[in-house]
Amino acid sequence: MKDLNILPSASTAANGLGGGRVAALPRGAESPPQVPLRALDQLWFQVSGTVCNLRCRHCFISCSPDNHSFWFMTRGQVAAALAESVPLGVKEYYFTGGEPFMNHEMCGILEDALELGPATVLTNATLLPERTVRELARLAAGSPYSLELRVSLDGVTPEMNDAIRGEGTFARCMEGVGRLVDAEFLPIITAMQSWPDAETGRILGGFRELLADVGYDRARLKIIPPLLIGEEARRTQGYAPSMRVTHEMLHGFDLDQLLCTRARLVTAAGVHVCPILLDYPDARLGDTLGEAVARPASLSEQACYTCYLHGSICANTSASSEF
Amino acid sequence: MAGSEDQFDRVAVFGGIYSNHLALAAAVEDARRRGADALFCLGDLGGFGPNPDKVFPILRGEGVRVVQGNYDDSIGRGLDDCRCGYTDPRDNHYARLAYDYAFSNTSGAHRRWLAALPPAIRFRLGTLRVLACHGSPRQVNEFLWETTTPSHFLTKLAADAGCDVILGGHTGIHWARRFAPRGWYVNAGALGRPANDGRTCVWYAMLSAEGGRLGVDFVPVRYDHEALAREMAGEGICDEFITTIRTGWWTTCLEILPSKERARGRY
Ligand code: SF4
Ligand code: SF4
Ligand SMILES: [Fe+2]
Repeated sequence: MKDLNILPSASTAANGLGGGRVAALPRGAESPPQVPLRALDQLWFQVSGTVCNLRCRHCFISCSPDNHSFWFMTRGQVAAALAESVPLGVKEYYFTGGEPFMNHEMCGILEDALELGPATVLTNATLLPERTVRELARLAAGSPYSLELRVSLDGVTPEMNDAIRGEGTFARCMEGVGRLVDAEFLPIITAMQSWPDAETGRILGGFRELLADVGYDRARLKIIPPLLIGEEARRTQGYAPSMRVTHEMLHGFDLDQLLCTRARLVTAAGVHVCPILLDYPDARLGDTLGEAVARPASLSEQACYTCYLHGSICANTSASSEF
Repeated sequence: MAGSEDQFDRVAVFGGIYSNHLALAAAVEDARRRGADALFCLGDLGGFGPNPDKVFPILRGEGVRVVQGNYDDSIGRGLDDCRCGYTDPRDNHYARLAYDYAFSNTSGAHRRWLAALPPAIRFRLGTLRVLACHGSPRQVNEFLWETTTPSHFLTKLAADAGCDVILGGHTGIHWARRFAPRGWYVNAGALGRPANDGRTCVWYAMLSAEGGRLGVDFVPVRYDHEALAREMAGEGICDEFITTIRTGWWTTCLEILPSKERARGRY
């Protein structure tokens, strides 16, 4: 699910022990700020590459059935990176795409991950037939760790959602959510904010009613800011030229807010700095996790500006209501 | 670091007290009766409960060794926020109510005492090297839940901190795991509020060591929770918190829970 959900887990935000330091760099040069990895707390996997059964109009890495620029990971590839992650002390595993359940080995991949730690899958919930949900419930019950399903849904009505995610996706997603709820999952429903701030309370209320109708009466909700790259840049206006992270902006900034100080993304074609910058030249940091953790992130892209502004709100933790 | 030379065989470990002076007094008595050589508290003395000044005479009078929590650091330094690390607006709303009440009802002398607390205490339990901290050895407000904390992550935390056993709190739900032959993580839970299990008792950890072997027992503490609820109501503390004391179910701070911990609760 390329609708974001990125950024550091709440457990690492609001750090009381002092923020990180930016690597010293010549100031004034055009060189973008570089930030080292502080700890590999989150390991992300691009399990279905850029392949998705949907083609959402806001997808920030432009996934679709025919975007094959990144291909599926095999269970073996994921297992190798999982093994590499153990001595690095990774805290959480995240699975994204494209649509992870396009990957036929997805349940096996989750089984391997859940032996080692908690797993979160970012899904559009349209490929969750009964037997997949049963298998997920079996995996969750068999692990000491939590399996989180983050479901992207971008509106409280078919009109609102389908305008962004495509005809019929609201109904198909809600069917998937209903099955998850019946299997006693507590999915985190994630919406990209496509409305003015003043509407947020009303829309959260709408989500809560909608979900209560399928038996989900303590809905976990999460609103995320749009990333103005990929399809979203075409849908809206993209970033203004001044929207970049500069050295000055990082003075006194808590670097733990940026996912790239806490995470790396493994793909079928190497390890990348973060799940947002897939198609950017600087983003590929190495062939192996070992190489990629040793290299700093370069905050060279305009998407970094969104992380800078919104970093801490994007985590598994949800927003239940407005205040 | 404070207490680095101390060695014990049997210690009681208390998690967040959240101003629950009745549970604290009951736990101290229970731990003494069970033969604890030393009592530890892992911080977060205030918040949630009534009359925050009441816990200090108990802690000091009983010689409880206290680690500084995020709450204590915030109150001690006069920060405007508890830095519990919640991310949800409703959770933050209740956290703010609790913090503002605790802040305005903690005396200046007690604030200075909170500010002077150590962020961690090291000691020996049998031959095991123990680090007592609040959230994690690396971050005062890091949440270490049972279902989101991999064993290999604990191995790395302990190696980085140079200890065998990590004692922590901050989350309010007790659990323990042995992650290596001598490696343990023990979350002491909280004395201040029930463990979101529908029971009104609260919990602490009793640890004993024979050489390098650690024994971990979680001990339920029954106390006069109705008296606490009445005192909270008398102080104008919000009903959501009082409901938790009376029912054993959390009503706030829920969005930070991983799905398995959330699913065990009622809300
Ligand atoms: S579901 Fe939509 S947003 Fe998510 S990866 Fe597919 S096309 Fe992109
Ligand atoms: S988009 Fe930029 S700031 Fe955000 S995580 Fe990636 S590299 Fe870091
Ligand atoms: Fe705390």
